[in-house]
Amino acid sequence: MTRMSDTEHPQHRNQTKKYKIIMNKIYYSETHEYVRVEGNIGYVGISDYAQKELGNIVYVDMPETGDDVEAGEDFGAVESVKAASDLIAPVSGAVVEINEHLIDNPRLLNEDAMGNWIIKVEMTDPSQLENLMDEEAYKAFIG
Amino acid sequence: MEQNKRTCLYDRHVAAGALISPFAGFDMPIQYEGIAEEHAAVRNDCGVFDVSHMGEVNISGPDALRYVNHIFTNDVAKAHDGQVLYGMMLNENGGTVDDLLVYRRAEDSFFLVINASNIEKDVAWIRKNAEGYDVEIDDLSDSLAELAVQGPQSETVLKEVLGINASELTFYTFKEELLDGAHILVSRTGYTGEDGFEIYAEPDVISSMWDALMESERCKPCGLGCRDTLRFEVGLPLYGDELADDITPVEAGLSMFVKLDKGDFIGRETVARQKEEGPTRKIVGLEVLDRAIPRHGYEVLDIEGNVVGSITTGYRGLSVDKSIAMAMVEAPFAKTGTELQVQIRRKRFPAVVTSKKFYKKSYKK
Repeated sequence: MTRMSDTEHPQHRNQTKKYKIIMNKIYYSETHEYVRVEGNIGYVGISDYAQKELGNIVYVDMPETGDDVEAGEDFGAVESVKAASDLIAPVSGAVVEINEHLIDNPRLLNEDAMGNWIIKVEMTDPSQLENLMDEEAYKAFIG
Repeated sequence: MEQNKRTCLYDRHVAAGALISPFAGFDMPIQYEGIAEEHAAVRNDCGVFDVSHMGEVNISGPDALRYVNHIFTNDVAKAHDGQVLYGMMLNENGGTVDDLLVYRRAEDSFFLVINASNIEKDVAWIRKNAEGYDVEIDDLSDSLAELAVQGPQSETVLKEVLGINASELTFYTFKEELLDGAHILVSRTGYTGEDGFEIYAEPDVISSMWDALMESERCKPCGLGCRDTLRFEVGLPLYGDELADDITPVEAGLSMFVKLDKGDFIGRETVARQKEEGPTRKIVGLEVLDRAIPRHGYEVLDIEGNVVGSITTGYRGLSVDKSIAMAMVEAPFAKTGTELQVQIRRKRFPAVVTSKKFYKKSYKK
């Protein structure tokens, strides 16, 4: 984590040029995770629609920093009072940070799902973003 | 796919914005405002549940008492008219066909309330075993609706909003009366660990009561979500979790509802032996020493990593801020204080055996 915050800004600038097309965009999966893209970094969370469907969120099961996540595979779970829902990674990569605020305060996801990402992933294959929906497509998807 | 059934209150639930989910073949309200809010309303004030999905069967006739005692673990011969008994119907192996309430209306008339998920199975079982008994069996499940009004303010709400005076009813007793010309049955029973009442009547009567309760704003509409968290916290079993065709009431810790001294009944041999020798597995309470939440079906392991049981129900507690569960474990691991582990997805977490009563019941006796 320390390493990342030290290098975040220069890296960010570099990557901005490289992935100009996908800069600062939010993509959604059919399983209601989103990835907000900044350079080769993806901030992965659950959509506002998903938090509403889940109701009161009481626990977020997150991977550890350094773990690899695989697009289409589960990397953790979000639990409401009622049940556990798997979190499916929208992109592959290494987890460079987890949102530690969610450990003691999982309800942050109910308060602001888009503002509270769950894991920060260094993406290994940004072309995977093409398999996801943009804001407009996702809106149509959830009806 | 077969269409799910709907209770007479379905349209009202949808109009009120309830989250609807399939349960036991019915489209039922799971929550309105939220499980936590509804749970708190029942603990502290008053909540009303549409439980019209529950099944009802009336058994009457000259052999009714003898027959009910043949299929039921509790002793209806010792009950008085107007009393309700909780107990189980067992199969020949001592496994639980269903857990149910039996209302003794008279020596020759008993009203059975069964789980929605088991209606077909139970009715077939009750009919099948009645051979040689002079009884009439009426399945009333489709013609009766039911409300559960639960919480410390229930008695007042019943009186002031519905005009039902229930103050003379003690815990697990009932009365039948005419309310504005309609026949109703009211019992001081429930599935929440709080004082409360269950009311059975025809759908239009129940619908009017629901409307009156909503209009009064004296009690919160509650879904099946908090019904489960409420019953779980006080250690009450749910059929399908803590009870099943292959789980005996002795294993589930419900021996007190099995009366061996009343004579023979279906399944008696197995439960008598288990009461004598002790069961080989038991339902226990578990506290997980982490925020991670154990859920139904997750493996329970000993400290060496051998599987010794599985979770039957688990939650992040609402009244206690802990991850708690009920689990079926092998008897040697059932002692309070035993250290175990629970497999929750990729990780194992330490857990300890506790009482199943995570929250103290407050019934009005």
